[in-house]
Order: sequence, then structure tokens, then C-alpha cells
Amino acid sequence: MDIKDMEEQSSYIRKNIAPSEPMLRTSRQSTYHWLYTHLFASPINALITLLLATLIIYIAKHLGKWVVLDAIWEGKDRTVCATKIQGGIQNNDWSGACWAFVKANYTQIIYGFYPPEHRWRVNLTGIIAITVNITFLMPSIPYKFINGFISLIIIPIFSWYLLHGGYLSLPLIDTQLWGGLMVTLTIAYISISISFIIGTLLALGRRSQISILRLLCILFIETLRGIPLVSILFIASIMFPLFIPHEITFDKLLRALIGIAIFTSVYIAEAIRGGLQAIPKSQYEAATSLGLKYTTIMCLIILPQAYRLVIPAIINILIGMLKETSLIYIVSMFDLLGMIRITSIQANWITPQTPATAFVTVAFVYWVLCFMMSRYAYFIEKRINLFKQPMIRSKNR
Amino acid sequence: MKGIKENSRIHAINIINVNKWLGKMHILRNMDFSVKFQERVALIGPSGSGKSTLLRCINALETFQKGKIIIEGTELNNTPKTIHLIRRRIGMVFQKFNLFPHLTVLENCTLAPIWVKKMNKKKAEEEAFFYLEKVKISDQATKYPIQLSGGQQQRVAIARSLCMKPRMMLFDEPTSALDPEMIQEILDLIMDLTKNGMTIICVTHKMSFARQLAHRIAFMDEGQILEENASDRFFSNPQHERTQIFLRKML
Ligand SMILES: Nc1ncnc2c1ncn2[C@@H]1O[C@H](COP(=O)(O)OP(=O)(O)OP(=O)(O)O)[C@@H](O)[C@H]1O
Ligand SMILES: [Mg+2]
Repeated sequence: MDIKDMEEQSSYIRKNIAPSEPMLRTSRQSTYHWLYTHLFASPINALITLLLATLIIYIAKHLGKWVVLDAIWEGKDRTVCATKIQGGIQNNDWSGACWAFVKANYTQIIYGFYPPEHRWRVNLTGIIAITVNITFLMPSIPYKFINGFISLIIIPIFSWYLLHGGYLSLPLIDTQLWGGLMVTLTIAYISISISFIIGTLLALGRRSQISILRLLCILFIETLRGIPLVSILFIASIMFPLFIPHEITFDKLLRALIGIAIFTSVYIAEAIRGGLQAIPKSQYEAATSLGLKYTTIMCLIILPQAYRLVIPAIINILIGMLKETSLIYIVSMFDLLGMIRITSIQANWITPQTPATAFVTVAFVYWVLCFMMSRYAYFIEKRINLFKQPMIRSKNR
Repeated sequence: MKGIKENSRIHAINIINVNKWLGKMHILRNMDFSVKFQERVALIGPSGSGKSTLLRCINALETFQKGKIIIEGTELNNTPKTIHLIRRRIGMVFQKFNLFPHLTVLENCTLAPIWVKKMNKKKAEEEAFFYLEKVKISDQATKYPIQLSGGQQQRVAIARSLCMKPRMMLFDEPTSALDPEMIQEILDLIMDLTKNGMTIICVTHKMSFARQLAHRIAFMDEGQILEENASDRFFSNPQHERTQIFLRKML
């Protein structure tokens, strides 16, 4: 009996293509079905659902009341947000967010004490940085190499000079006057750039053939990983000036910024090292056999692949770092958090509600920034997975 | 000394008494082997006998401890300059293709000409298309390697090597990661490309292919060349006992 006969006889080989199963969740009815199976499948399940629902409704109601319904939107000073006992106009049992405070002080929260007639410099920096980075972050736009160079090297230097000034017709604006959101974003952006570059170099150094270089990198990484950011900031702001001659003044903000950058670069180095390890040796071999040199191989073949793998991990580190920038208040710089805090306790606005409002505002701004980063990481991750499954990709296109 | 000079005039690759150890393992033992200009040699032998290692030593992808390798009269030493010179003369095709997954087929082919030969992009693309045409895959130029079948990927890998216009090619089992129906395709392609007198060493497990392609067959076992002979004589009249056993298994 030959194979063909066998195939015809065996009953367990399907002769026709199976009819496709009806799609789930196509109508409203199956939404109920979904609710039923996911939320009320058993009595215990239903009980948990109800308890949690009550809790959520309770919290949402009180928060909503505080944030929206009982909130004060308009006002010139603290009286609108203070109760009668506190010297204001509200009933004594009143409690609500004081958005009037945010509205009255938002420029200070954004720009700090940066002179109003020079705020265009901050705005210009922001617009340029956003435009350049949108093109850099979109995976489909080519020239990543040049774009990355502009984003990571040109923009930080350019924005420092534009914001700090002190040359041509741009008056110098001391970093003592900087504050608020602009400081948070400036520090975060410049530290990200620096730490990305240093991190890459450290990762490459840690895998280098030259053992002294490798040892130095390992020593550097392992030492810095064991020190909290707070102490690095203290060292940068208090101890560092002791070591250098008095004549040289090194900007305080710049010192803090470099401290944060170096601190972050160590973590980024480890993430990138993970990516480098995932690139098979055969890639190096194929490249060397074509006659390419080490730097070219790294820049054009190994690093682009490694970065793609570790972008989500790096963004995760950067999210953590963005929030840690608020620690610079310990070296008396006023970032978003610091600035809104001192604004909320100034004499003409201080009430029990203003600090609470201030912190909710700060939390929201940080959340928006971090959420955007996390969505971007998710988007890249999905793209990487798509890259691994060519079939899906080519079908979709 | 004079002998070597003489040899280098007729020999493209001259391997003299090469020894390689990996830890305690003796991988290449007193290897003596040479390949004439425009000669096609097939290297066969059991798994683990050191065939890949030999090819990788010729291309300076690996180092060896003792002996000499002379490529077209240039002795391979550890200076970056010689290594670079030699790699530019030799193209290599790997078992697992090793294409660059983040670059398109065309970019895979133009990368080395642009960065090593400093060719301008337009010229490099023209030449790449010429070779992609030759391996019959120019219609896939804008795709990524992962979107191609194994056979197609190997064609791209061959074109990528050819774009550097090497004088010799090393093939390390170019068909063993392919489906059976692709194998003949790639073999025909290699035969086709190499009829114009390129120096070739090809490691293969396909005896029929070795016989068709090569002027000369070398049988390698335990880090040594045990037997080498013109291809018809090698198969019809193997001398060494181990060659006979190996051939009996393979045929
Ligand atoms: N990186 C390595 N580490 C340790 N041993 C190795 C390494 N690479 C190769 N070897 C050893 O060297 C010997 C020769 O390996 P090689 O890859 O050259 O064999 P081969 O003839 O190409 O075999 P195959 O036909 O299976 O490809 C083998 O015994 C192998 O175990
Ligand atoms: Mg091998």
C-alpha cells in the first residue's frame, strides 16, 4: 500500500478546510456575555466585583467633589480658598481644590523666576526640542544617525546657551533664576542625552577586548550603582567645590545635572549591555568578513539592533529618572515640585487647600509626562515584536 | 624562503604547518594545504573535523598559534592592516546566511562598498542591483531579510559578498540550513557564478555538488587533511581508509 492510499483511507486526516468559527463579541449581547463571565461568574466573584465597585465609586465621588464640584476656579488671593475661620469667605466645613492658585501662579510654576521678557527663549527651546525629537522618535523616518546626533548633542548644547545666554545680545540669566517645569524638563532632557551617550560608551567599554578599559568600566558602573542619587547630588554640590580652585565657578545647576546624568548612565549602560549580548556573534563575523572596521560595525550594525531591543528598558529607566530630578531641591534648586511648593506657601496664597492642590497638580504633570513615555515604549515594543513576525507584518501592509 | 615566494606566484592560498589549539583541544594539526589561483576546492569531512575553523583562520576571523597562512603572497599576521587587506580579497558565505536583519536587502549589499571602499551611494546601489540581478533576487531589494525564504536569504548573502568583488570566496556549508528543494537552486547559482574563474573553497556535505563544482577535493579529519585529489579520482579511487569509510556513509 503506498502513501497515497494510506492518506485516502485514514479517517483522521481532514479533507476539507474546516469552517471558520463564529467570531466572539460581535454584538451587544456578547458584551453582556463578557461582563457575565468576567465579573459575575460565581457568587464570590460577584461579591468581589461589588465590593471593589463600591470602593471605586466612593473614592471617585469624593475625589470628584474635591477636584471639580467644590473646587474654586477664580480668585485673586487666598481669601477665596480659605474658610471664614481661616480669614476667607468659604463656609467652615468647605474643602476643595484651589485651582485659582494654580491659575494665578502658573507662569512661575512653569518658568520660575526667569525674567518675563526673556521667556521666549524658553518657549523657543521647547518648540525646537519637540520638533526635532518628534522626527527622531518616529521609527519610520530614516537618518536616525544624524537625527540622533542633533537630538542628543546639538540640542542640549544649543538649549543651554540659549537659556543661559551671556553672549552676543543675549543677556546672561543665572541658573539661580531658573525654576519650575522648565528646570525639570531641561535637566531631564540634557541628562537623558548625556546619560545615553555615556551609557553606550560604558556598555561598549564593559565588553571591550582591552582589559584595563573593561576593568575601569566595571569599576565605575559597580561603584555608582551602589550610591544613592541623594549622595551623588550632595557630592556634586557641596564636596565638588572643595576640590577645585576658588576662582573657577562651576554652575550649580550644571553640577546637579551632570550628577543625575552620570547616575542614570550606569543603569542605561547595563540595559544596553543586555541588548549587546542579545546580538549573535555571527553578526560581528559577517560584518568583519566584509572588511568593515570596529567602529563602523558597532555604529551601523550592532548598536542599531541592540538599541531597538532595549528602548523599552531604557525608557523605563528614564521614567524613574524624570521623577528623581525632583531631588535637586536638596541642593536648593527649584524644579517643578520645589517651585510649586514654595509658591503654595507664599503669604498671599497660603491656606490648608493650596499645598494639596499644588501636589495634585504636580502629580498630574509628572503623570502625563511619564505616561507619554510609557506609551512610546509600548509602541516601540509592539513594533519590535512585529519585526520578529514577518508574516503578520507583510499581511498587514 | 625562496620556495614560498615561488609558490605564492601560483598559489592563491598557502597554508603552511598551521596549528590551532582551543584550550587543550588541538583543532588544526600541522595543516599543510594550498589552493591555486582560480582553483575550486571542496573541503569535506566529518562533523567537528575543523573545516569551519580552517576557513575562519584563512579569513582571520580566528587566530592560530603556529604556522603561516599566505594569501596571494601576503602573509597573514595580526596587524590590522594585513587583516584588512586580506578580508577585502576574500568573501565569505555562512551556513546561516548572517544577513543584517535591520537593513533591507539592498542596504545589506551596499553597506560594505560604501563604508569600506568609500563608494558613493548611487554607484554602490547600481552595482548591488547588478549582483542581485545575477542571483535573481533584484525584485526583493527593498524587503527585509526576515521577509525572505531561506534560499532567498542565502542568495542575498552571496550577492552581498560579491558586491565587494572578492578574488576568492569561502563557502561554509552554504546549503545545510536550507530546505531540500532550495539546495539545488543555490548550488546551481554557485556553479554559475564561479565558472568565471574565481578561487573557491567550499565546505559541503553534498558529495554530488562537490564533484560537480570542484577541481579538487580535500578530505579532512581530526584537524588534518588526510587526502586530496582531483575530483574524479578522489571519488573513484579513495586512498585512505577513513576516506573510504566516510564516503561509504555519505554516498
Ligand atoms: N568556540 C569554540 N569553543 C570550543 N570548541 C570549539 C569552538 N569552535 C569550534 N570548536 C571545536 O573545534 C572543532 C572543530 O570545529 P569546526 O566547527 O571547525 O568543525 P566542522 O568541521 O566545521 O564541523 P561541522 O561539519 O559540524 O560544521 C570541534 O571539535 C569543535 O568542538
Ligand atoms: Mg562547520
